[in-house]
Amino acid sequence: MSEHALPLPTSAVRWRRPLPGFGLGLGLGLTWLGLVVLLPLAALILRSGGLGLAGWLRAIGDPRVIASLKVSFATAFIAAVCSLLGGALIAWVLERYRFSGRRLLDALVDLPFALPTAVAGITLAAIYDENGWVGQLLQPLGIKLVNNTTGIVIALIFIGLPFAVRTVQPVLEALGREQEEAAASLGASRLTTLRRVILPELLPALLTGFSLAFARGLGEFGSVIFIAGNLPMKTEIAPLLITIRLEEEGGVTAAIVLATLLLLMSFACLVAINAASALFAHGSRRGG
Amino acid sequence: MDLHIQAIAKRYATVAALDSVDLDVASGELVALLGPSGSGKTTLLRVIAGLLQPDSGRLLFGDQDATRLSLRERNVGFVFQHYALFKHMSVAENIAFGLRSRPRARRPDKASIAQRVQELLNLIQLPELGARYPEQLSGGQKQRVALARALAIDPTVLLLDEPFGALDAKVRIELRRWLRRLHDQTGQTTLFVTHDQEEALELADRVVVLKDGRIEQVGTPDEIYSAPASAYVFDFIGRANVIEGQTEGGQLSVNGHALRLPVDSHSRSRARLYVRPHDMALVADGEGLPARVLSAHRLAERITLELLVEGQVRPLELDLVATPDAVTPAPGSTVHVRPLRYRVYSD
Amino acid sequence: MADARDQLQEPAWVRWTLITLAVAIMALVLVLPLLMLLGAAFGSGLKVWIAAVTEPHTLSALRLTLLTAAVVVPVNAICGVFMAWALTRFEFRGKRTLLALIDLPFAVSPVVAGLCLVLLFSPTHGYFADLLNQYDIKILFATPGIVLATMFVTFPFVVRELIPLMEQQGSDEELAARSLGASAWTMFFRVTLPNIKWGLLYGVLLCSARAMGEFGAVTVVSGNIMGKTNTLSLHVEVLYKQLGGEAAAAFAVASLLAGLALVTLVFKIWLEARHGDALARSHRRH
Repeated sequence: MSEHALPLPTSAVRWRRPLPGFGLGLGLGLTWLGLVVLLPLAALILRSGGLGLAGWLRAIGDPRVIASLKVSFATAFIAAVCSLLGGALIAWVLERYRFSGRRLLDALVDLPFALPTAVAGITLAAIYDENGWVGQLLQPLGIKLVNNTTGIVIALIFIGLPFAVRTVQPVLEALGREQEEAAASLGASRLTTLRRVILPELLPALLTGFSLAFARGLGEFGSVIFIAGNLPMKTEIAPLLITIRLEEEGGVTAAIVLATLLLLMSFACLVAINAASALFAHGSRRGG
Repeated sequence: MDLHIQAIAKRYATVAALDSVDLDVASGELVALLGPSGSGKTTLLRVIAGLLQPDSGRLLFGDQDATRLSLRERNVGFVFQHYALFKHMSVAENIAFGLRSRPRARRPDKASIAQRVQELLNLIQLPELGARYPEQLSGGQKQRVALARALAIDPTVLLLDEPFGALDAKVRIELRRWLRRLHDQTGQTTLFVTHDQEEALELADRVVVLKDGRIEQVGTPDEIYSAPASAYVFDFIGRANVIEGQTEGGQLSVNGHALRLPVDSHSRSRARLYVRPHDMALVADGEGLPARVLSAHRLAERITLELLVEGQVRPLELDLVATPDAVTPAPGSTVHVRPLRYRVYSD
Repeated sequence: MADARDQLQEPAWVRWTLITLAVAIMALVLVLPLLMLLGAAFGSGLKVWIAAVTEPHTLSALRLTLLTAAVVVPVNAICGVFMAWALTRFEFRGKRTLLALIDLPFAVSPVVAGLCLVLLFSPTHGYFADLLNQYDIKILFATPGIVLATMFVTFPFVVRELIPLMEQQGSDEELAARSLGASAWTMFFRVTLPNIKWGLLYGVLLCSARAMGEFGAVTVVSGNIMGKTNTLSLHVEVLYKQLGGEAAAAFAVASLLAGLALVTLVFKIWLEARHGDALARSHRRH
């Protein structure tokens, strides 16, 4: 057994953490966060506050501003609902059924995530345009899918669907069969089991999926502007109006106000998501 | 290297995980830290390693104050419960890791490192597995590699955190015996944490029984087993029966019964008698406590009786070696039982 | 017996209807655009495609896009690793707030992000206007602005991928390495990095794809100067607006971008299939 000469402690007073890099990690991380994210956002908030009540009222008084918010809100909402319904269905089919091509389908769900928004934008516009593949078919029926809010909703469903699917899928996966089997063994019909056992478990995830799709839809720009037609007061979304006002003399105020309102709506969604996630955590713990 | 723990304390919010613990470990000893979860045994081990910072107290390795040394500086060999082998390195690379991490000045050359690795592989009896990867090993093999890795750096002290906790029962027992042989071979000062009293008693030179952050008793396995210092230790180690009674004038009387048992204390107080199932005997009327037989089982040469002594709340378990012509008492009948080896603890 | 099975599964016709419905939705919403894109891009023949893609403005847009990604991705990746390390290996107050802050870019519309940068760096009314004019530095309508805007939008990708992964893996291996005497960098390069490499790659992939495809934020800060400050996405928009009907060139360039995205997607699928166990369990929640 050898004698060990231990080193003299390098710090007489401070406790040395067993793992290194806390200071460096947190320091660098916070600096990066501060400069890249917080500083720009702070600029918006400060300028927004600096406008004063008068500036705000003037900006909000512009009917185009209110109209654009209405368009963004309404289309994002409807699209999120559709995304949720379609997304939940797709998630169910992917998780619960076995059929050839399932893996391919699963992979395709991520397509809108990876596709640049501008590419999606011009492609969707081209398809649903009167000369496009789908537009051509529906034109004789008098159904127009471009240059109106329907077009916007379609574009938003394209980008919102993956959010809904990917939020519901892991929950379905984690749910397992046990609860359904228990319900069935107690005599419940399939429909009852679905309604009273599965749906409540999925509810938080459904809410989260909806909020994510909605928040994303509010701020979406590239996918929408090509198909929307961008008619002021009718199919002009808020993000587009921001860019328009920015290019005008003295339009910065309106841009700031719009941006702040959009930001607030997104934050409201974030809060809703967190609340749903908290519900989700309790729910899954309860389920065991 | 001997180890001195002096008045080490650690609190978490309102709970004292360690409440001023003192312990001396001699060089080359194999010491078990035994207790249920929450007793502070793992906290103590982690404080010794440098993984946790104590609120107060001193830690000495040899005669050097190690309290302020970091985990890295202490050169302890820590073996984690789930092995923590480096997934992306082979067994040989795992074992060599400590030596290869030394600063240039102290680093042995490649050949020496390779030789040492092979020595250790031989020591842990896995000479051919150097090129394998951790995921290809069984639990027992992984544990042995983790040990070899810790030994490679010639540690000041070897610290094992529930080393056999994640293994099957049979592997656990085999590995336990193997660890003892290894320890005898290397003479390495070792501390290990366990909640399994059988493991502690079989393996250790000395056992430290902990409760709620305090040391209840330190002693050899024999001392702990046959002379437990408190009711807690008695109950924790091995099976225990409890008989409530009164001490008075150096004797214990149970429920006003005439039976007198000599005890150490001369005060007058309520007390409890702790006795193991095989340390009692059936005696004639008048020499023991009357009890009603609740159940009786005979298996080959062992009779196990469940008895309820008059006036007691909890039944006793009694193990008897049956002579071929012994008669198993029938349930419902009355027998008389007398504790032979026992401990009495006042309330 | 048949009863019990019925109660555990929908009747076959229901199942197949649902499957068909799901496939139909996917086909209509997701697959159709992809096919349309390929058709429009290559519909006029390969020569037209090549001409559009090798046109000087397209090439300079490609250069700018790649340059942006080459700056944004390493910065976000390296800082992301440091941030994830601090968040998963240590306890400190404000962790939850920090985690919420990291998600901020996801909640902000890209156009709003661009606006924020305008408010900071506009030479006329930005907060740093005086400083910029004094040293004649251009952030907006120039590459730095595009880089910053893209960095904002792709900020969370790498760190969000690493956090659940590193949390799952726990710190035992790193503590073991330290107890054996490893220095900080030895521990990081020999123990930590090999364990997180697939998750890191995954995050870098997502970050790159998004960085190259970013449109909304870049629109606001770039000024759309052809050949100077146009990324591929912006170039696609310009071509589409200019050419309207015969937008084969626009689709050709778009197919280039889409190609990048598809490569990312394929790589992602491969990564999940081959090394799924080396990725965080719940990494699908974007």
